[in-house]
Amino acid sequence: MKPRQPRKPGQSRPVLRRTLADRARDFLAEWSLPRQLSGESPFSDAAKSRMSHTLRPRLEEADTVGTNICPYCAVGCAQLIYAKEGRVIHVEGDPRSPINQGTLCPKGAATFGWLTSELRMSKVLYRAPHSDRWEERPLDWAMDRIAQLTKQTRDETFVETLPDGTVVNHTLGIASLGGATLDNEENYLIKKLFSGGLGMVWVENQARV
Amino acid sequence: MGAVKDIPARAVPKRALDYAEPILPGMIPDESELTAGVTIVPGRSYGFFTDTTLCIGCKACEVACKEWNALPADDVGLKGTSYDNTGRLSANSWRHVAFVEKIGGDLDAGEGRGTERNTTTMPPFQSNWLMMSDVCKHCHNAPCLEACPTGSLFRTEFDTVVVQQDICNGCGYCVPACPFGVVDLNVADGKAHKCTLCYDRLKGGLEPACAKSCPTDSIQFGELPDLVERARERVDSLHERGATDAYLYGAPGSPGATGDLGHLNAFFLLTDRPETYGLPSAPTRASNRVAPALGTGLATMAGLTMVAVALFAANRRS
Amino acid sequence: MPQWDLANSDAILVMGSNMAENHPIAFRFALQAKEKGAALFHADPRFTRTSALVDTYAPVRAGTDIAFLGGIIRHILENNLWFRDYALNYTNISTIIEDDFLDANQNDGKFSGWSEKKKSYEYDSWQYKGEFVPSSLAEHFVNTTESFSDCTKRLKKGPTPKDETLQDPRCVYQILKRHFSVYTPEMVERVTGCPKETFLAVADGFCRASGPERTGAICYAVGWTHHSTGVQIIRAAAIIQLLLGNVGRPGGGILALRGHSSIQGSTDIPTLYNLLPGYLPQPHAHKPHGTLQDYIDHEATPTGWWHNFPKYMVSLLRAWYGEAAMKENGWCFEMLPKILGDHSQLPMTLAMQDGLIRGMFLMGQNPAVGGSNSRLVQSALGKLDWLVVTDFTETESASFWYEGHAVRSGELTPQDIGTEIFLLPTSLAGEKAGTFTNTHRLIQWHDKVVDGPGDSRSDLWFIYQLGRRLKALYANSAAVKDQGIRYLTWDYPEADGKGEPDAEAVLKEINGYTWSPDPAQRQQIPDFKELKDDGSTACGCWIYTGVFPKNDFNHARSRKADGADGPGTHLQWAFAWPSNRRTLVNRAAADPSGKPWSERKKLVWWDEEKGEWAGTDAVDFSKNKRPDYAPDWSTEPSGMDALCGTDPFIMIADGRGALFVPSGLKDGPLPTHYEPVESPVRNPLYAQQQNPTAKIWDRPDNPIHPPGDPRYPYALTTYRLTEHHSGGTPTRSVASTAELQPEGFCEIPPELAAELGIGMLDWVVLSTPRGQIETKAMVTERLRPFAIDGRRIYQIGLPWHFGWKGFATGDIANVLTAAIGDPNTGMHENKALTCGLRPGRLAPDEPRGRLRDVRQEGD
Repeated sequence: MKPRQPRKPGQSRPVLRRTLADRARDFLAEWSLPRQLSGESPFSDAAKSRMSHTLRPRLEEADTVGTNICPYCAVGCAQLIYAKEGRVIHVEGDPRSPINQGTLCPKGAATFGWLTSELRMSKVLYRAPHSDRWEERPLDWAMDRIAQLTKQTRDETFVETLPDGTVVNHTLGIASLGGATLDNEENYLIKKLFSGGLGMVWVENQARV
Repeated sequence: MGAVKDIPARAVPKRALDYAEPILPGMIPDESELTAGVTIVPGRSYGFFTDTTLCIGCKACEVACKEWNALPADDVGLKGTSYDNTGRLSANSWRHVAFVEKIGGDLDAGEGRGTERNTTTMPPFQSNWLMMSDVCKHCHNAPCLEACPTGSLFRTEFDTVVVQQDICNGCGYCVPACPFGVVDLNVADGKAHKCTLCYDRLKGGLEPACAKSCPTDSIQFGELPDLVERARERVDSLHERGATDAYLYGAPGSPGATGDLGHLNAFFLLTDRPETYGLPSAPTRASNRVAPALGTGLATMAGLTMVAVALFAANRRS
Repeated sequence: MPQWDLANSDAILVMGSNMAENHPIAFRFALQAKEKGAALFHADPRFTRTSALVDTYAPVRAGTDIAFLGGIIRHILENNLWFRDYALNYTNISTIIEDDFLDANQNDGKFSGWSEKKKSYEYDSWQYKGEFVPSSLAEHFVNTTESFSDCTKRLKKGPTPKDETLQDPRCVYQILKRHFSVYTPEMVERVTGCPKETFLAVADGFCRASGPERTGAICYAVGWTHHSTGVQIIRAAAIIQLLLGNVGRPGGGILALRGHSSIQGSTDIPTLYNLLPGYLPQPHAHKPHGTLQDYIDHEATPTGWWHNFPKYMVSLLRAWYGEAAMKENGWCFEMLPKILGDHSQLPMTLAMQDGLIRGMFLMGQNPAVGGSNSRLVQSALGKLDWLVVTDFTETESASFWYEGHAVRSGELTPQDIGTEIFLLPTSLAGEKAGTFTNTHRLIQWHDKVVDGPGDSRSDLWFIYQLGRRLKALYANSAAVKDQGIRYLTWDYPEADGKGEPDAEAVLKEINGYTWSPDPAQRQQIPDFKELKDDGSTACGCWIYTGVFPKNDFNHARSRKADGADGPGTHLQWAFAWPSNRRTLVNRAAADPSGKPWSERKKLVWWDEEKGEWAGTDAVDFSKNKRPDYAPDWSTEPSGMDALCGTDPFIMIADGRGALFVPSGLKDGPLPTHYEPVESPVRNPLYAQQQNPTAKIWDRPDNPIHPPGDPRYPYALTTYRLTEHHSGGTPTRSVASTAELQPEGFCEIPPELAAELGIGMLDWVVLSTPRGQIETKAMVTERLRPFAIDGRRIYQIGLPWHFGWKGFATGDIANVLTAAIGDPNTGMHENKALTCGLRPGRLAPDEPRGRLRDVRQEGD
């Protein structure tokens, strides 16, 4: 499994060969010199190609601009997420923020690249014990199976009291790791369910690494 | 330490409060007013002032440029030139941060005491490890534009120099014409590519992506006369504070603005010789190198012009 | 301190942080301060992109920060540079300590109270004379020989013993002077390798930029926490800032630069084993936590703000267990699991390896790259029965079973690994709504703009849907052990057709509401002062109260920054806990009489006309408590009534900044220099080589070597690059960042490279007792040899972002590191260890190391 050569996600491979006729036609249509000679303005407008005339920043196409907070470090830079028809078209620094005032570091500036990375998954992968492969599975099936395994392991390992009679109501059989990249709401439900609901004590995140 | 001075830090402009809703229906109009304090108006000159004394070498400019312009990764590999793994400006890398380590010092001078490289008390402002974000200079008299036989390279309404991809035929004359080695042919489409100073963004009132992202405002975007004034004040201020090496490169009347190029719309504040950063000390138009090719090109053009004028005339009649 | 407040600093010391690289946007405020005339200092083992922008760079050997900071403290005390009016009134500098306290200087590196048998301290001799002070940390209860909860109650009987003339040899001032007297500039140079002239330039430059008219800030990051003495390094910085009067004032403070978008949030609302939300301690099996009353008796402090503890605890239990929580059943306190000891990540890994842990959830974390002793982590993952990974891409931790080191070298095949693995795709930024809490406690909402691709779901969806399934599976259980999951309140409205819960509903519960079984009757609570201990309020995390103060107002979503002419505290840009206070302890921004120390450093002051504290920030003090208020001790006052109008540190039981810490620290009341557990040199200060209380799991699969082992002669420090993020999972998966630092490498000083014949980009092999890795050499003068005690010590730098996944790859640095931890936090010591180095490569199938005692092989 050698990592692939980086290529811009979502970008179609450039067309390498076009016919000579294509090129000549475009060339003649866009070439500024004849347009200028045929009586158009000698200023830059005349030198503009069709593309230059119609060019606009793609942010103008956004139908929703959402407020985001940069998903990398804890500085908390604000970002604007530009979306068009349910797809993100770009992510930039939010100029309103007193923290970053529109700026972003190299990681934050690559947020759009992260969202559109070709290495992103969109399906649940499952690896059976001792198997040598991943298999795609439905999300619902995976959730049911995970819930059953959680219950089974909890029930097999739950301790209500220590030998000295101290009530502990915990399980040492299940662990959870992660949370520093998650939302407060997510951490809250993780702690509530795992600790308050299931009695797990191995609950940790990156705050200690 | 000098007298206590209270200069207000750069603040969010009040106009931001007009857009205080978390979800906006579209982009903020004239966003450059909020991010750069500039209203972008066609017919005026724009450029970059890159102040290396503020550069932290984070490469946010490189990333913001690639993300905005959808440029692919390029020449990937560890280069062993400090933290620079981009190498040079190219068809797919329109910003390039150069890193120059100048640590030096005589390790044995202190007879085994402590550690003696001469990097403890630093010359004021960026020093010992120079970083500079290089970019197309958008020359006032741009040799690439002059060398372009097709009119693909043109000067925009913002006084910037842009390759129009729908015209460029990939002849490559512009490549050797550039005294800074900026313009480059892309092997994939065979056309010339370089920084457009975010031509599309300027049309929409947006600051160019690199300057907008720059965390420390090392890259400043603005109207050229303002930028030059700001830059000269900066040099004076740095001199006052002991950074006597600071000078402008490419601003009118300064090194870099030589050889009939006029000034550079993207100019720099440097603290070491231009060559240290990979910039020519006295760039010139490379016309003697390009002239023969240009001649051939012009001959071809003459023929094509006749055809095209006829075509245009025909189109207009119909 | 808010990050933007750095622009108001007159001096900034960055240490234990490579701020320009790892927090570039925070560094913009440091540069703004510099433009206004502030001096910037950077002390670091490596010359980094931060060093390049400061006025003075001080090279220090990795792991010697306390010696450097101790030198600054000595410099302050010897030259009377401290801010007398501030420190005398606002810190415990005049407090008298027990007669039998023995300093580490008098005891060859250990403080009094050491028990060789238990390998830990007893804290009796560290107490205030005749008084016992509970810890100001979450874990208020500490072990002392006398009943701790009884003796702390003496705090209500009168003021703590003080000598305001500072002449008493047992007062904190005198103890500090004696303790830090050994940290002379010469000793600083001998220990850290920093030339004493450079050290003095930093110490003097920083200290002289403080006082009524000026303030200085210290910025740190994991360069301080990743040590076996991490907490004490930060303590040393706190002592400096308290002496200089740099706490609670504009441009002053200690800024912890944290590394993940919600790492502060995940500490406040902790996915951590030892905490409940809002820094309430998780009940402990070996502490007097049998019933809720026992727990409250031992954890609520008699004086100071933490006296309100029971209100927060009962409100949390009400939020979690709803109607089932009743006064009669202790509000379901027994449902909370009790911990047995250290359940943090390092022992967690060992418990997996030993088969104690059978199932695991990994949510957005990649321990195969980020965890210490990666070979052990990979092995431990393979011992699990099942593993659930939620991430946006396949991580090293999800692919260890076919791409891990043991599989690559042929020691194991996938068929040998029995772990059942689920890899679930997650939603990312813009694909889910919720809040992050940034490094200065700012809770900022982010919106959902689009759906994630395919089956991608938020972790909120995952945990909510898992909870629903588990509640269904347990619905019919009558067992007592299943009451927790059955009673757990779990009715969140769904925000879309896919079963995503409404994140605002969760944030409302975190904020707190008036209790009613009928959700429609509940009212949001605007301030934690309104929380009660009678079950009438429910609150998921008391310190966050106010973030959603009204049913229709989400303060975390507000987006109004102050303009150029505004106060610059940005109170309407998101919400800072607690109660939207931007600068904590800001009562200290005024002098004892309530006037600002200076016009220039004005923030909060007493308004005599209105009879309240006023200012440009929300006040971190009792709003109407007069500056001249003094407790009437004849009434045995409790809580805030026991603190004076001049006691700004309201979370501490005596209201004063702790120069000397009587309770709560496991390794001493004062910071003192110990060598890293794996060090190339002997401790120049004491016979005590290393932190005697450090957590060291020395076992065959985590071997540790003694100091000065000739096989591992070089100091090694791990670090991050601005182009990548932590374990690198996101940035290695994105072309535009991956290409900027496309491969792993290590930084080597030219002198060492010349000795070993290593050229630029040559392959080298680094080794420790845990394993070996190959990487490329970056030979650079930015790394320097140190002369320590007359010996030349080389130091190697190793970025740890890389792994075998993504576009930018390299060997995993953490193959080399060990499970060694700070005694207070359990945080690993990956910033300072030792290694071997040779030119060359590993053979393709050569193991990165074996999980048995490598020492036996070598010997």
